[in-house]
Amino acid sequence: MDRSISSNKQELVIEAGRAEQQYWRDLWRYRELFYFLAWRDILVRYKQTAIGMAWAIIRPFLTMVVFTVVFGQIAKLPSEGGAPYPILVFAAMLPWQFFSSSLGECSNSLITNANLLSKVYFPRLVVPTSAVVVCFVDFLVSGIILLGLMAWYNYIPTWRILTLPLFIGIAFIASMGVGLWLASLNVQYRDFRYVVPFIMQLGQYISPVGFSSTIIPEQWRLVYSLNPMVGVIDGFRWAILGGDSQIYLPGFALSTGLVVLLFITGIWYFRKMERTFADVI
Amino acid sequence: MSDFIIRVENLSKKYALGQKQEGYTSLRDVLSNRAKSLQNVFQKQQSKNQNSKGEFWALKDVCFDIKQGDRVGIIGRNGAGKSTLLKILSRITEPTQGRIKVKGRIASLLEVGTGFHPELTGRENIYLNGAILGMSKAEIERKFDEMVAFAEVEKFLDTPVKRYSSGMYVRLAFAVAVHLEPEILVVDEVLAVGDAQFQKKCLNKMLEVGKQGRTVLFVSHNMSAIRSLCTVGLVLSKGTLKDIGEINQVTDKYLADIERFNSSSTAVETKSFNLKEVKFYTPASPVIKTFDTVNIKVGFSGKEDVIEPDVYISICSLDGQRIVGLNFRDFQEIPLLAAGKVAEVAFSINSLPLLPGQYQLEVQLKDLQKNKYELIDRTFPFEVVETPVYGSRHLDKSWFGHIGLKVNSSMEIMN
Repeated sequence: MDRSISSNKQELVIEAGRAEQQYWRDLWRYRELFYFLAWRDILVRYKQTAIGMAWAIIRPFLTMVVFTVVFGQIAKLPSEGGAPYPILVFAAMLPWQFFSSSLGECSNSLITNANLLSKVYFPRLVVPTSAVVVCFVDFLVSGIILLGLMAWYNYIPTWRILTLPLFIGIAFIASMGVGLWLASLNVQYRDFRYVVPFIMQLGQYISPVGFSSTIIPEQWRLVYSLNPMVGVIDGFRWAILGGDSQIYLPGFALSTGLVVLLFITGIWYFRKMERTFADVI
Repeated sequence: MSDFIIRVENLSKKYALGQKQEGYTSLRDVLSNRAKSLQNVFQKQQSKNQNSKGEFWALKDVCFDIKQGDRVGIIGRNGAGKSTLLKILSRITEPTQGRIKVKGRIASLLEVGTGFHPELTGRENIYLNGAILGMSKAEIERKFDEMVAFAEVEKFLDTPVKRYSSGMYVRLAFAVAVHLEPEILVVDEVLAVGDAQFQKKCLNKMLEVGKQGRTVLFVSHNMSAIRSLCTVGLVLSKGTLKDIGEINQVTDKYLADIERFNSSSTAVETKSFNLKEVKFYTPASPVIKTFDTVNIKVGFSGKEDVIEPDVYISICSLDGQRIVGLNFRDFQEIPLLAAGKVAEVAFSINSLPLLPGQYQLEVQLKDLQKNKYELIDRTFPFEVVETPVYGSRHLDKSWFGHIGLKVNSSMEIMN
C-alpha cells in the first residue's frame, strides 16, 4: 500500500514526444519483466528437444572442428604464438557465435513479441536486451568447451585472462548496438529478415574467426578493423592465448570506437522508432 | 477542479491509412515512394490529394476529466476511437496532438492472456503474465494462491497451457489480470469471453476493485455490465467526445440515438385502413427498460367508415414467436370511425416484464362488423435495453426466456 501513496504524488504526462524523462525510470521498474522474458526464452528454447541445452555446446564445437580442419589442417594457416589451432579458433568462435546469435534473436525479438507490443506498455528496450541476454547464457555454456579444450591441450592461460570480462563487455555492447539497429529496422522494413542471416553467414568469413588476424597484410589491417568484431575477437585472443599473441592497438581502438558508436546510435535510433512500433508492427 | 486523476486535453491521434492497412512496408516501397515523390515535385496537386486521402483521425480533440474513484464506462460504436483512447492511455502508442495527465499507476488489460506462452506451464505463465502486466515478483507470489483459486486450475498448474481447454486458458489469464492492484485499471472488452458464471465472477471482482476507491476505465458493448459496474459514462463517436455524465443518463441517450434510427416512418397503408403511427415508448426516459411503464400508441384511420373498429397488437420475439397479444376491445370500445378521421388508441403497461433484447410489435386493424382483419405487413422493432435484471450478467434468451419476473428468494437448509 505504501507504494500507492508514493506514486500518487507523481504525475505522468502522456504527450507526443514526451516519454523521455520517464523512460529510464520505467526501464528500471521493469527490470523484473526483463528477467522474466529472458527466463521464458531460455525455458521455451529447448522444450521438446531430446538433448536440450547440449545444443548450445554441440553447435559451436562442430563449427570449431570444421574450421580447425579447413583453416588449420588443409589451408595450413599459422596460429598465434604457440597456441593449438583449436583454441585459437574457439577463442574467436565464442564471441562470434554470441554476436551472430544475438543479431538473429535481437532482430526478430520485436516481431515475435508483436502481440505484447500492441497490447501492453513497457519500455520496449526490454525486449531486444533480454534476447541478447539469452544468447549470453548460451555463450557462458559454450565457454565450458573452451575450458575443456584448455584442459585437453594442457594449456595454462596467463594473467591476461583476467581482462577477459572487459572484452566480454565489449562483445555485449557490440551485440546490443547492432542488434538494436536491426531490431528497429526490421519492424519497419521486413527486408532485414533476409539481410540478417546473410550478415551472419558472411561475417563468419569476413571476421577473423577461422584464422588469426595477423595474416592480414599490415597495410590493410586498419581497414580490416572497420569490422567491429575484429577488435572484439582480437581482444579475446589476446586475453585467452596470452604469450606471443599481440594486439594491434590502432585497429583495436578503431574497432572499439565503432562498437561504442554503434551502441549509442543504436539506442538513439531505437528510441526514435519505438513510439511508432505499436502502430507499424 | 484539481482533484482529477486523469485529465485529457485536446487529444488527437492520426493514422496514415496506407500504413495501417498494409501491415508493413518494405524497403523497396519506401525507395519507390521516394522516387515517386520526386516525380511529384513536378505535379504538385497530385501529391497533395494523396496526402489528404491517406490519413485518418482515430481521435480528434477529445477533452475530459476523470476523478479519483470514478468507474468510467466508455461507449461507442465500432471505430469510434475507444480502443485508440485506451491504447494511448496505456502508453502503447503516442498521441499525435494533445496530452493526458495521469496521477498514479495505470495497469491496462486490453486482451486476455497477453504474453501467455503455450509451451510454458500454468504456474510459469502466471509469473510471466504478471510481470508483463507490471506486477513485481513479490506481488505475484503473495497473490499466487488467490489467483489459482480464482481460476480453478489447481490440478493443472504444471501442465503446459497448450493442453488447456480454452475455458481454462481464459480463466487463468483473467485471474492474473484481476489481481492487479493499480490506482487506475483500464479494461477493454475482455468480458466477452468465458461462461456466464465466470463473467459474473469477473464483474464482481472489478466492482470490488472500484469500491476500494480505485479508478476503473471500462470499454464494453454489454450495456448491462456497464450500467452495473460504472458510475460515469463517456460516449465516443467518430473520434470525438459526444457525451459524458451520469451512467444511466448517458447510456439511455446513447441507446435512444440508435433507436431513433430504427423507428423512422411508421405510416403504412392496407386495403381498407391507413396506419398513421405506431409508437412504443416510456414516458420518463428515452429508452425502454425491463419493468418500466410503457405506452403503446396506434393511430389509424379507415378509408371508408369503420363501424366496429378494433386494434390488435402483439409483441413477438425476433424469430416471430408471439409472446403476448392484446385486443383493444377487451378493455374499451371504440365508437364508429368516420372515413378519414384518425383514431389514436393507447395501451399503457405498468411494468413491462420483457427481458433486455430485441422485439417486434405486430399490429392488426379490424372492422368486426365487416369481418375485416388486416394484419399490417410489417412489424415495428423495438429494443428493451440492457439493464441489470437478475444481477449484471447478460441473459441468454435460450435459457432465461423472454419474460422477466420480480422474484423474492428464500432459503433454508434441512438436516
